[in-house]
Amino acid sequence: MSDSQAAVQPHEGLHNPGLLHHFVTEEQQRDASNLGMWIFLGTEVMFFGGLFCAYLIYRIKYFNDFAAASTSIDAALGGTNTAVLICSSLTVVLAIWAAQTARRKLMLGMLILTMLFGLAFLGIKGMEYKDKFDEHHVPGASFSFEHKEIPSRPGQYANPQHAQIFFALYFIMTGLHALHMVVGLGIFTWLLVMAWKGYFTPHYHTPLEIGGLYWHFVDIIWIYLFPLLYLIDRHR
Amino acid sequence: MSDHANSKSSPLKTYFAVWIALLFGTWLTYRVAQIDLARWHANAPIALIIATTKALLVALFFMHLKGASEKLLKLVVISTIFFLFILMALSMADYATRLWS
Amino acid sequence: MSMATATVQPVERENYLNKHYGVGSWLFTTDHKRIALLYLLSITFFFFIGGFFALLIRLELLTPAGDLVQADTYNKLFTQHGQVMVFFFLIPSIPAVLGNFLVPMMVGAKDLAFPKINLLSWYLYIIAGIMMLHCMLTGGVDTGWTFYTPFSTAFSNTKVIEAGLSIFVAGFSSILTGLNFVVTIHRMRAPGMTWGRLPLFIWAHYATSIIQILGTPVIAITLVLVVAERALHLGIFDPKLGGDPLLFQHLFWFYSHPAVYIMILPSMGVVTEIIACFSRKRIFGYSFVALSSIAIAVFGFLVWAHHMFVAGISVYAALIFSILSYAVAVPSAVKVFNWTATLYKGSIHYDAPMLYAFGFVGLFTMGGLTGLFLAALGVDMHVHDTYFVIAHFHYIMVGGALMGYLGGMHFWWPKISGKLYPEGWARLAALIVFLGFNLTFFPQFILGYLGMPRRYYQYPPEFQILNVLSTAGATVLAVGYLLPMIYFLWSMRYGKPAPDNPWHAAGLEWKTPSPPPTFNFEQEPVVTWEAYNYDEIDAAAAPQEVPVVG
Repeated sequence: MSDSQAAVQPHEGLHNPGLLHHFVTEEQQRDASNLGMWIFLGTEVMFFGGLFCAYLIYRIKYFNDFAAASTSIDAALGGTNTAVLICSSLTVVLAIWAAQTARRKLMLGMLILTMLFGLAFLGIKGMEYKDKFDEHHVPGASFSFEHKEIPSRPGQYANPQHAQIFFALYFIMTGLHALHMVVGLGIFTWLLVMAWKGYFTPHYHTPLEIGGLYWHFVDIIWIYLFPLLYLIDRHR
Repeated sequence: MSDHANSKSSPLKTYFAVWIALLFGTWLTYRVAQIDLARWHANAPIALIIATTKALLVALFFMHLKGASEKLLKLVVISTIFFLFILMALSMADYATRLWS
Repeated sequence: MSMATATVQPVERENYLNKHYGVGSWLFTTDHKRIALLYLLSITFFFFIGGFFALLIRLELLTPAGDLVQADTYNKLFTQHGQVMVFFFLIPSIPAVLGNFLVPMMVGAKDLAFPKINLLSWYLYIIAGIMMLHCMLTGGVDTGWTFYTPFSTAFSNTKVIEAGLSIFVAGFSSILTGLNFVVTIHRMRAPGMTWGRLPLFIWAHYATSIIQILGTPVIAITLVLVVAERALHLGIFDPKLGGDPLLFQHLFWFYSHPAVYIMILPSMGVVTEIIACFSRKRIFGYSFVALSSIAIAVFGFLVWAHHMFVAGISVYAALIFSILSYAVAVPSAVKVFNWTATLYKGSIHYDAPMLYAFGFVGLFTMGGLTGLFLAALGVDMHVHDTYFVIAHFHYIMVGGALMGYLGGMHFWWPKISGKLYPEGWARLAALIVFLGFNLTFFPQFILGYLGMPRRYYQYPPEFQILNVLSTAGATVLAVGYLLPMIYFLWSMRYGKPAPDNPWHAAGLEWKTPSPPPTFNFEQEPVVTWEAYNYDEIDAAAAPQEVPVVG
């Protein structure tokens, strides 16, 4: 930034200090930030997409073993987590609306609520992981999945090796998602601090908007993870 | 973004409506999963249709894709989904036809 | 410049190079031009590393016996040659150096859309590079740059995890560069710079960026899976545990095939600029060239399994991918036709950049056509995993991409450094590169056709003469590469100062001083002319003035 510092002093006050010097107008800056975040989310879709592709192939190949493995994870907790994230997405848009309408207390409250929902999500996830750890369903040396019935074929047992693939994908997909949640919480902590300092106005709250985009994306990933992982052949 | 200054309450109505719809969709997914549709292989497709509807609601209304003046953002979303679809479809072209030969 | 006397030094005009001094001003810069130079130094360093491995490979292959290195070592040599050259040289090269420098200037902006993310890109690259260096120094990796499973996940005793993570980090550097370019090109064009007036260099980088954005995340997640499988013995790719090794290959090649278009498209953009300038003509079929760049980016994602024809995919899938691979050659051919048509009835000048451009067109065509041989299933059965494939991709990567990079470095060197390189030496170097390249790699087509497998450190004695020719060529090629490094460095101190536009080229970057000031343009440019308006430029120049420096 040393290059641009020399240029700041002569014309302070002539434009919004939030306008960075390589942009011509604030609208250009906001549109660039928005497009940049959408493209980044595109990369994230492809990132998770590789996992969804692997999941698709193995689910078709080993449907019965995957179904057996899926029944052993808690769909009620998964569903609750889905609801938690949906509520957190609502609080995000409400926080942005509060910024747009200069409602400072509401904005701060909604940001805090979003983070609390995020923490709740991680807490419930932690409970699920602990259950899996206790049941030896974590892939690796201590993995065990013997004598688990295939839902559509009572009396037949799932192949533990194929079930391990399910759990490997389960942990990697939900783990990667949880990692993105943690990053999201970090982002929102920073947004909360900026909001507290009065950085956001109805005129300028771009960081809230693009932080919100990221949060909604994390929600969307979970919207797909939930039925795919938790609800295979649940009707048996 | 300046449209919102004119209609302060309508975005709120939309947000809450979408929120209710999302929660309903979640419940619906859970409920339908417990109904046996295996004869028509319908469980997974229905779950995915509901999930896609929910994702669209979030993208269009919470992420403001619907009001976007430029088509560019929608192009970004569509291209990404298209290439992900290519990855899955062409990979499946291999897996689905392996036993034919 | 002014006439310096013995006692009075002329005041050097302020530009991006001399505005701030000190290591900190470089390491914490957000100026896209300085970041481009940071990349230039870094990728040149890794080029030496990759070249060192190539040297050892060619030395080993001088004799049929495996006598220079052990088999395990040889595996590490070709693996690391590939990884370093692909991920740490070719993929960044033109975008990170020339793209970073020129994209903002060509669109008429002061910088890229996200200057700090640009710097972050470089730091990610450096971190990845340090990881890779550490990996190579503490045991290396021997899986082939392609990391095929289950060897990489279950059997290799080398540092697969560290190499995989290094490439993961490098991938994010690439993604952020691509993201920056796309947003800049969409949002920061100067008034009057419509899409139809953009230099084709920009279209090429736009297409490249699309690939970087959409493809790189897939290899990133694939490497995560490999690392997880290797660390935790998962079985996603292990047939003994129900996994499918081909799934790795599908995911790997989904990125790695489009990656080759990341490597070639920017070079095509450079060649287009050079051919237009040194023929003093508008590019023939501007919209065809622009759209063919986008078409290459899109089609390039549809062909990946042509790397897997003999790996065990179904014949029907192989048929589909073979047909699609023929389709992807069409937009590339369109470009070759357009370059040729541009040259026709042009006023051709044989300066060094143009020599590299000619080299590119010929060698890329050969490389591309041999790609079609490989796309034919019947042929591929015989030449897959032989030196035919190696020759094919080196013709495109080295004869194509690297030549384009060198041509671009020569073309824009006056702008970047403010100095002129010595033209005589440059033409000599271009010739040496061209001859050395063909001597190195043409014999490899024959070797592959005759059946010599790739990645083997020993071979039947009847292949020796061709291998000796290839190694001799590599030595000549090395000289050809060293020469520009030497005279570019020499020119920074002793070269003639460059005028603003030594080539009388079209493009906004040539309307700035050489070297440019930090914020590129004194005033935001307003574009009212079409791209490649060489007829107007030459008409405006004085009749007796020689259009190009030479």
